[in-house]
Amino acid sequence: MVDFLERPGELMEAYGQDTERKGFFTDTSICIGCKACEVACKEWNQNPMKGDLEILGSSYDNTGSLGANTWRHVAFIEQGQEQIDKARESGARLVGLGMPAFGAPETREPNTTEDLGMPEFGSPGVRIKNKVDNPPNPDTPEFRWLMSSDVCKHCTYAGCLDVCPTGALYRTEYGTVVVQDDICNGCGTCVAGCPFGVIERRDTGTIHTKPDRVDSRYSMDVKHKGTAKKCTFCFDRMVDGQTPACAQTCPTQSIQYGGREEMVDNAKKRVTAMHEKGLTEARLYGANPNDGVGGIGSVFLLLDEPEVYGLPPDPQVPTKDLPKMYKKVGIAAAGMLAAAATAFLGARKK
Amino acid sequence: MTLSEFDAYRPENEPRRKRRRNRPPGKRRGGGNGDGAREMPMVEDVEFADSYYGRPIVKAPPWDDKISAYLFLGGVAGGSAMLAVGADRIGFDKLRRNTRLTALGATIGGTVFLILDLGRPERFHHMLRTFKPASPMNMGTWILSSFGMGAGVVAAIEVDQLTGQKIPLGVLRKVVYAFEKPAALLAAVMGAPLASYTGALLADTSVPTWNGGKDNLSYLFVSSAAMASSGFALITTPTSQTRPARTFATLGAVAELFFSEKLTADMHPVEAEPLQTGRPARKLRWAQALTIAGGVGAALLSRNRIAAIASGTALATASMLTRSAIMEAGINSTKDPRHVVEPQRDRLAARRAKGIVDDSITTVG
Ligand code: SF4
Ligand code: SF4
Ligand code: SF4
Repeated sequence: MVDFLERPGELMEAYGQDTERKGFFTDTSICIGCKACEVACKEWNQNPMKGDLEILGSSYDNTGSLGANTWRHVAFIEQGQEQIDKARESGARLVGLGMPAFGAPETREPNTTEDLGMPEFGSPGVRIKNKVDNPPNPDTPEFRWLMSSDVCKHCTYAGCLDVCPTGALYRTEYGTVVVQDDICNGCGTCVAGCPFGVIERRDTGTIHTKPDRVDSRYSMDVKHKGTAKKCTFCFDRMVDGQTPACAQTCPTQSIQYGGREEMVDNAKKRVTAMHEKGLTEARLYGANPNDGVGGIGSVFLLLDEPEVYGLPPDPQVPTKDLPKMYKKVGIAAAGMLAAAATAFLGARKK
Repeated sequence: MTLSEFDAYRPENEPRRKRRRNRPPGKRRGGGNGDGAREMPMVEDVEFADSYYGRPIVKAPPWDDKISAYLFLGGVAGGSAMLAVGADRIGFDKLRRNTRLTALGATIGGTVFLILDLGRPERFHHMLRTFKPASPMNMGTWILSSFGMGAGVVAAIEVDQLTGQKIPLGVLRKVVYAFEKPAALLAAVMGAPLASYTGALLADTSVPTWNGGKDNLSYLFVSSAAMASSGFALITTPTSQTRPARTFATLGAVAELFFSEKLTADMHPVEAEPLQTGRPARKLRWAQALTIAGGVGAALLSRNRIAAIASGTALATASMLTRSAIMEAGINSTKDPRHVVEPQRDRLAARRAKGIVDDSITTVG
């Protein structure tokens, strides 16, 4: 059966350039929640402010969510012992499930000795006992603080891209998904198409502080108003061989940037190393090419179930079922024509 | 009440802010009285096992009842073009004229709503800069355009005849008239997908209630279109020429009742919930009542013009209410992450139970 899924490889080849698919590995276990990525992204892309400054009452997260004006969002989650235990169990249960075998797993080398340039201990949290007392678990006995910098996933099968009727969304030669600002007509289909709630139409936004706004001398239009906006993977930097602003500014290497293969590799090594240390709450998100979106460009290492971070537990690109849906469209159309024909059977002018 | 051993080091003199339980979700705590020195736990309830502060996972598209109206008018246009071809065949001239005019009117109205809903209405034509089967919205625009051409030609001919050839067509008149039959046929043939593609438009999204309706939305929408277009015919056309429209209306009404039940029955219960609660549920109940009333009226009260008009109005209103209910239920389904998380967890668990364990997005190693 035909499918309508666009694959990064095919399109990238069409460019006839020697480029590789780029990716992020966001290792949330070493994120310190400094939000430097959020700030760097805003500054580099000159994104407007979302609404007025507000305290959201969700730990240190006063950004809320990804959206038209927020392309990096740091999530903060405070958890007690019960959740820590649950996370550790649910992560342990994933062992043995999961990745399709790329070569037999048992022949894969253990990575304990390899220096990945990462800190010894993974989980964030405040260490109150000294290391010797509590070696394998840096969290306090009854509290941990999760921080995770979320971003567009640059999906292998991107729902936003598939459903875009204007072709404004396209696959770049680096395998990333980007909106062309001058093509998008703001129909909003992509917003519904994205399984992760990333892309959004820029309907609001301010670019000045309150005192400035009343002064018409400074009045300025919000860029690209009425069009769909999301992370561009810093395409403008990438073409110059630069690192995306968020990754470059990240002080802890929580956001790593590089070839996607390499990122997935790093992620696998990291999660294996953490499990070996007993930190079974660690798990990867988006590293599996068999998942509902064919794997994602920005792989994450999470310390709890994805829904805890506001990520869907089993996302599927809606286009996967499109052939089936078109079949229904066809049957429905034929049925309607048949019903109309039936209505005129036997009807004659009197 | 302490969250961590750190709290033990907190100076005693400052009274802790009282933690309020059961804060209504979404209510924001006022800022301003926290000084950075006191590291208070900022969160009241430390239980988010299921979601991130109850915030949406999937975003609602920026669509409202303008799009519902477009779905409705597209259906009216498509069904009317079919009625027009049939009426032409059996020589019902008034039915033919009225349905042709309805078809064009609905097309224009629907297109206006579609354009108004864009963030950049002046770029509407960008939809036609590419031909992209992966995008139902793109396919729909092509269907709408070709339908509009056919419907436009035949409606122009009707207006021309009504006004005694007053439309300044000049030499083109011959050409336009020569295309009457093919144009009418084009409109009728494109009218069918025009009424049904909208099912794929909504289903091909990550909006839980729409995606969950992928097996039935197209069927429901053509039923609704048959009902609404014949409703308009009952309103506009004298009873001597409405018999085919009445049959079409009855078939549509019966199918609408059937598929609106099947729609929710085939969904995951949590996906169906937005259709069964609040305003969408009320709209659907009204739609159901009006469909029954209008359907019965169309089937039985054949001779009475007033009854025909009332039935037609009931059917058209029912169709609009159905579209609007589905639109609103979809938008609502994105607001509570439960509608996203629970069906996804269940399908993941179901696959695992069947022994499929290699397709989860969360993995280790
Ligand atoms: S996460 Fe959403 S916006 Fe980003 S590429 Fe995937 S579908 Fe598109
Ligand atoms: S809003 Fe823009 S990018 Fe999104 S689907 Fe429509 S045209 Fe494409
Ligand atoms: S890659 Fe660029 S656009 Fe994307 S989140 Fe990072 S800084 Fe923002």
